Amino acid sequence: MNGNTDILAIETSCDETAAAVVRNGREVLSNVIYSQISMHTLYGGVVPELASRKHIEKINAVIRGALSEAGTTLDEIDAVAVTYGPGLVGALLVGTSEAKALAWAARKPLIGVNHIEGHICANYIEHPELRPPYLGLVVSGGHTHLLIVRDWTEFEIIGRTVDDAAGEAFDKVARAVGLGYPGGPKIDAAARSGSPDAIVFPRAKVNSSKYDFSFSGIKSAVLNYLNHAQMTGEEVCTADLAASFQKAVVDVLCSHTAEAAKEFGIREVAMAGGVSANSALRAEMERVCRENGLHLSVPSPVYCTDNAAMIGVAAWHEYQNGRFAGWDLNAVPGLRLGER
Amino acid sequence: MKLIALDSSGLTASAAILEDDILLAEYTVNYKKTHSQTLLPMLDAVASMTELDLSAVDAVAVTAGPGSFTGLRIGSATAKGLGLALDIPVIEVPTLAALASNLWGASGLIAPIMDARRNQVYSGLYRFEGGRLITVRDQQALALTELIDELKALNPSDGVIFLGDGVPVSRDLLDRELPVPHSYAPAQSNRQRAASAAVLARRLYEEGRYVSADAHAPVYLRKSQAEREREKQLKTGEGPQDPFSQAARGQHGGT
Repeated sequence: MNGNTDILAIETSCDETAAAVVRNGREVLSNVIYSQISMHTLYGGVVPELASRKHIEKINAVIRGALSEAGTTLDEIDAVAVTYGPGLVGALLVGTSEAKALAWAARKPLIGVNHIEGHICANYIEHPELRPPYLGLVVSGGHTHLLIVRDWTEFEIIGRTVDDAAGEAFDKVARAVGLGYPGGPKIDAAARSGSPDAIVFPRAKVNSSKYDFSFSGIKSAVLNYLNHAQMTGEEVCTADLAASFQKAVVDVLCSHTAEAAKEFGIREVAMAGGVSANSALRAEMERVCRENGLHLSVPSPVYCTDNAAMIGVAAWHEYQNGRFAGWDLNAVPGLRLGER
Repeated sequence: MKLIALDSSGLTASAAILEDDILLAEYTVNYKKTHSQTLLPMLDAVASMTELDLSAVDAVAVTAGPGSFTGLRIGSATAKGLGLALDIPVIEVPTLAALASNLWGASGLIAPIMDARRNQVYSGLYRFEGGRLITVRDQQALALTELIDELKALNPSDGVIFLGDGVPVSRDLLDRELPVPHSYAPAQSNRQRAASAAVLARRLYEEGRYVSADAHAPVYLRKSQAEREREKQLKTGEGPQDPFSQAARGQHGGT
């Protein structure tokens, strides 16, 4: 209420309980994340019921932390924003129920935010010069989308995964080779000491659309390789396998992005989502973009993985458009990009 | 004192506002819509109809469990959000005690039952003595046959009254297997009502039995399936399951 617009944002779509205060859609005043990873590691993946239980336990402390770190109070906040999809329904419901009650009791407007749009908007935090139109690649544990960001809140999907999300493939392969959960960082680390050309895994072609992705083929090839090695008693070099698998995924992501940029005549590219924290993907995308004369934006790793700051950024665009949610805002686990 | 009471533990969603011993408003809906869509609009409606001054609310009460896990969390997260915004505590009301309170003044043993799935019910045993609700046996998850055995052993001379959403699925067996005289509460009192939770909550509040909004969490009375399976595995010393059956569980919604 000082000429600035401060939004309190809440994110509980999967296994991070997060809250942030974002000023004018760009300046992160606080970004608090309680990660549940250590608990889910015991189960080899995110257990939805346990994630929901943890969210309920932590959410108030996380929100309080975000407000105090930002040096503000709920009274001084201009709006409350919350992720309402896509995600795990039970987890989303904790955030939406909490946010609605907070906004209602504090007499603040409520804003519902799409989690994927949040990921894309994470780029604006450190790249304020980035503006639509640009090509976006969202890669995470649940999503793989290649899209054109036409306007701040207008998205056109040109490619998506037809089976596993990229991050899901990382998780499954990591589990199969005994690296455990979460697969992304584990594969990334193991791959550093391996050769990406040691094993050639197929780069799957998809018939539906030339920008669609398929990662279950690569995953199956890894499994076949492991089975074969087991039967013949060959020793598997985990580092080589991780590096080669990673390269197969990264290659497809980068080549699709470069081709789309060329076809649509777009020179701005932005990457987002948890998998864009992967060091090999960042390096290769950087190289491919440089080679093709494209300008690349990627958020810092902390804004790649789930966080509420990105939700606060996305919410600001809704705030400016005067698009507010009612008290009947529901969690929409299968919420589509651009859906309002 | 003034309090807001919420219940979304079962199929019913309910919101009430209580001021001392006056029920200012109660809004209860038992319909298909999800609680996430109904609970706050209902609270908003009763608050505006009673011109509720939020700064005058002393506490928020919620039926904390047992109940549907998701339903409980909708109520709890709402209560926690109200508590945080208004800087007031949360009164955790046991769901089954609140249900039993619907039958104030009844003589006989009161046995609210909720469908707990997996061939179990959530139930507690209560009785009114001198106008106060007394817990005969605390709420727990148990097989209906266990509850029947328990009631046979207690054999209350004044009979048993059943209520709750577990009645429709239990009634046949109860009628067949329970020789103790029993009856079923009618529609105006056989499901969760926030007014009953509110009245119990007022008593708890006066006894100093409330928690901070931050500390409040539902009482599930049951571990998650993943925890149960893991404990079983650890007990039997089995290794982890086939990695790809576990992989099927990795249903990420986000990163």
